[in-house]
Amino acid sequence: MDWTNLLVNVAGEIIAPTTAAYALAAIGLNIHFGLTGLLNMGQAGFLLLGAYGFAIATIAGWPLWAAVLAAILAAVVFALILGIPTLKLRGDYLAIVTIAAAEIVRIVGRSTTLTDLTGASSGLRGNSYKHTFQDASPFPDGTWELGPFEYAINASNSWWIRIVGWGVVALACLLIWLLMRSPWGRVLKGIREDEDAVRSLGKNVYAYKMQSLVLGGVIGAVAGIIYVLPRAVQPDAMGRSMTFFIWTILLLGGAATVFGPILGSMLFWAALMLIKLVMRGTVPETVMRSEQIEQFGWIIVGITLMLLVIFRPQGILGDKKELAINAH
Amino acid sequence: MPTDSAVRALADVPREPGAAKPDPIVVADDVVRRFGGMTAVDVQHVEIQRGAITALIGPNGAGKTTFFNLLTGFDKPSSGTWTFEGRSLHGLPAARVARKGMVRTFQLTKALSRMTVIENMRLGAGSQPGENLFTALVPPLWRAREREITEQAEELLVRFKLDHHRDSFAGSLSGGQRKLLEMARALMSKPTMVMLDEPMAGVNPALTQSLLGHIQALRDDGMTVLFVEHDMHMVRHISDWVIVMAEGRIVAEGPPETVMQDPAVVDAYLGAHHDTDLGDDALLSDDVAEQLEAEVQAEEEKR
Repeated sequence: MDWTNLLVNVAGEIIAPTTAAYALAAIGLNIHFGLTGLLNMGQAGFLLLGAYGFAIATIAGWPLWAAVLAAILAAVVFALILGIPTLKLRGDYLAIVTIAAAEIVRIVGRSTTLTDLTGASSGLRGNSYKHTFQDASPFPDGTWELGPFEYAINASNSWWIRIVGWGVVALACLLIWLLMRSPWGRVLKGIREDEDAVRSLGKNVYAYKMQSLVLGGVIGAVAGIIYVLPRAVQPDAMGRSMTFFIWTILLLGGAATVFGPILGSMLFWAALMLIKLVMRGTVPETVMRSEQIEQFGWIIVGITLMLLVIFRPQGILGDKKELAINAH
Repeated sequence: MPTDSAVRALADVPREPGAAKPDPIVVADDVVRRFGGMTAVDVQHVEIQRGAITALIGPNGAGKTTFFNLLTGFDKPSSGTWTFEGRSLHGLPAARVARKGMVRTFQLTKALSRMTVIENMRLGAGSQPGENLFTALVPPLWRAREREITEQAEELLVRFKLDHHRDSFAGSLSGGQRKLLEMARALMSKPTMVMLDEPMAGVNPALTQSLLGHIQALRDDGMTVLFVEHDMHMVRHISDWVIVMAEGRIVAEGPPETVMQDPAVVDAYLGAHHDTDLGDDALLSDDVAEQLEAEVQAEEEKR
C-alpha cells in the first residue's frame, strides 16, 4: 500500500470544497440547534434549495451576485414557510416538519414535470452554471501546485472554489463568534434552556426562533452553492443522508462552539477517506468489494453518530461542564 | 408584618368577594377559562390593590395557577376582560405583558440552568439594543447598556446574597437559590407588579425567612405583589390582603387575620376540619397530624 499517496488523499479531504460546504452547513445547523435548540432535521433541504436557486438563476442568465441572492431568498422563504406554523409548537414538531419538507423539496426537484427547470432526477450539469463563478476569479487559468496538492486554478474542483469556500466559512465563523457574545445570542441561549422563562422576561420568543431559523437556513443555502460548484446539482445526493452527515459533523465537533463545525467536517471527511483507502488496500476483493467498502464507510458514520450522542454529547470542543447540568 | 400604609388603605374595604379597592392596579371582569367541559376559572370581578402584597389561596384544583396564567398571558381565556394600570391586557402575548411591567415567576423554577447566574440576570433586563440581530453585530452600539445592566445585576445579586455565585451555572444552585435567582431576574426589568407562583415551594426552611424578607422589600420599594401559596404561615406573615379561590370562583376576600374565619372559606377550603385554624402552628405538630390521620381513617372505615 502506498502510504504517501494515502496521506495526501486524506489531507486533501481536509481542504476539499465539500469539506468547506459541510462545515458551512453545520455552522448553519449550529445556529438552529446549538444556539437556539431548534431540531432542524432538514438542513439538506436548505442546501438543495440554495443549489437549485443558484443554478437555475445562473442558467437563466443572471449574474453571479443575483444568483447567490436568489439562493438566499429561496432559503428565507423556505424558513418562513417552515417556521410560521411550527415555531409556536413544541420542538419535536419542527423536527418532523423539516425532515418532511426537505424530502418534499427533493422529490419536487426530481419530478419529471419540472425537467425543463431542474433536470428531474438527473439534475443540472455543473458546466451549465459554473461559468459565472469561474469568470469571477482574478487568477489566470492553469493548474497550481502547493506541496503535494495540485488542482486547476479556476476550473471545477479548483483552488478558486477552495479559497472562496473557506473564505465564506471564515466569515460565517466570525459571524457566529460575534453573535454568541452578543445579547442576541444570549436570548437564543435562554430560549434553548427554557422558552417560557424567556417569554416571562418580555422577549418575543417566536421572533427570535424565526430569525435563528432563517439565518441558519441562509447559511445552509450558501453551503449548497459551494457544494454543487465542483460537481452537479443532484437532488438524490442532497437528501436525508446529507442532513445526518451534517448532524454528525456538528455533534462530532461540538454544538454551540465556534470552531466545532469546521473541526467536525475536517475530521469526518478525512476519517472517511482514511477508512476507505486503508480498507481498499488491505481487505481482499473476495471479502469486500470496493463499492461495499464505500457502504461500510457510511455504516461507520451511523455508529459514530450513535456513540457520540451516548458517550460524548458535547463533542470534541464542547464544554463538558455545561452539558453535565441537566437542562431542567 | 404588613406595613401600615397598605393595611390602612385596605382597612375600609368590605370583606366580600369582588370587593372594590381604593387604588386597584389590576381589575378583572368575568374571566372564564374552560378546558373541554370543565370550568377551571370563573372569576366575576376582582381588584388587586396597588402597592400591597395580595395572596391568592385555595385548595388544590381551585384554579389559582390557571388564573395566574391568564393574567400574565401564558394562557388564553375563553372569555373575559382585565386591565392592568387601566389598560386592557386581553389577548396580549406573555412577552408583551411582561414588557408592560407585570413580571411573573413559576411554580417549578425556571432558572436557565446552562447559563451562568450573571447571564441569567442580564437576560432579565429590558431595552438592550444588542438583542436586535443586526445591532448585535456592532458591539459599540450595545456595550454601554450592557455595562448598566451588569451593574444593576450585580447590585441585585448582592441584595439576594447570590453575588459569590455570579459566574456559576444556574443549574448548580440549590432549589432555594434558584427561587431567589428567578425573583432577582424578574426584578431586572424594574416591574411595577411581581407575580409569584408558589414562591415557597421546595425551599429549604433556612431560606424561607430571607425569601419572606425579600418579598416584603419588593412592596416597600413600591411594587405590587400577587402570589399563589399553600404555606399558610407565609400567607399570614406577609400578605396585606387574601383572596380565596375554590372551584374556579373567588369565594372570599379579606385581611389574613380574619379571612380564615369566613364561613365560605371554611366550607370550601377546610371541609370537615373547619374548626382548626390552618395558620395555627400547632397544626404542624406530630400529634395533630396523627390525630387527623386517625380521623381520616375512621371516616374511610365508616364508608
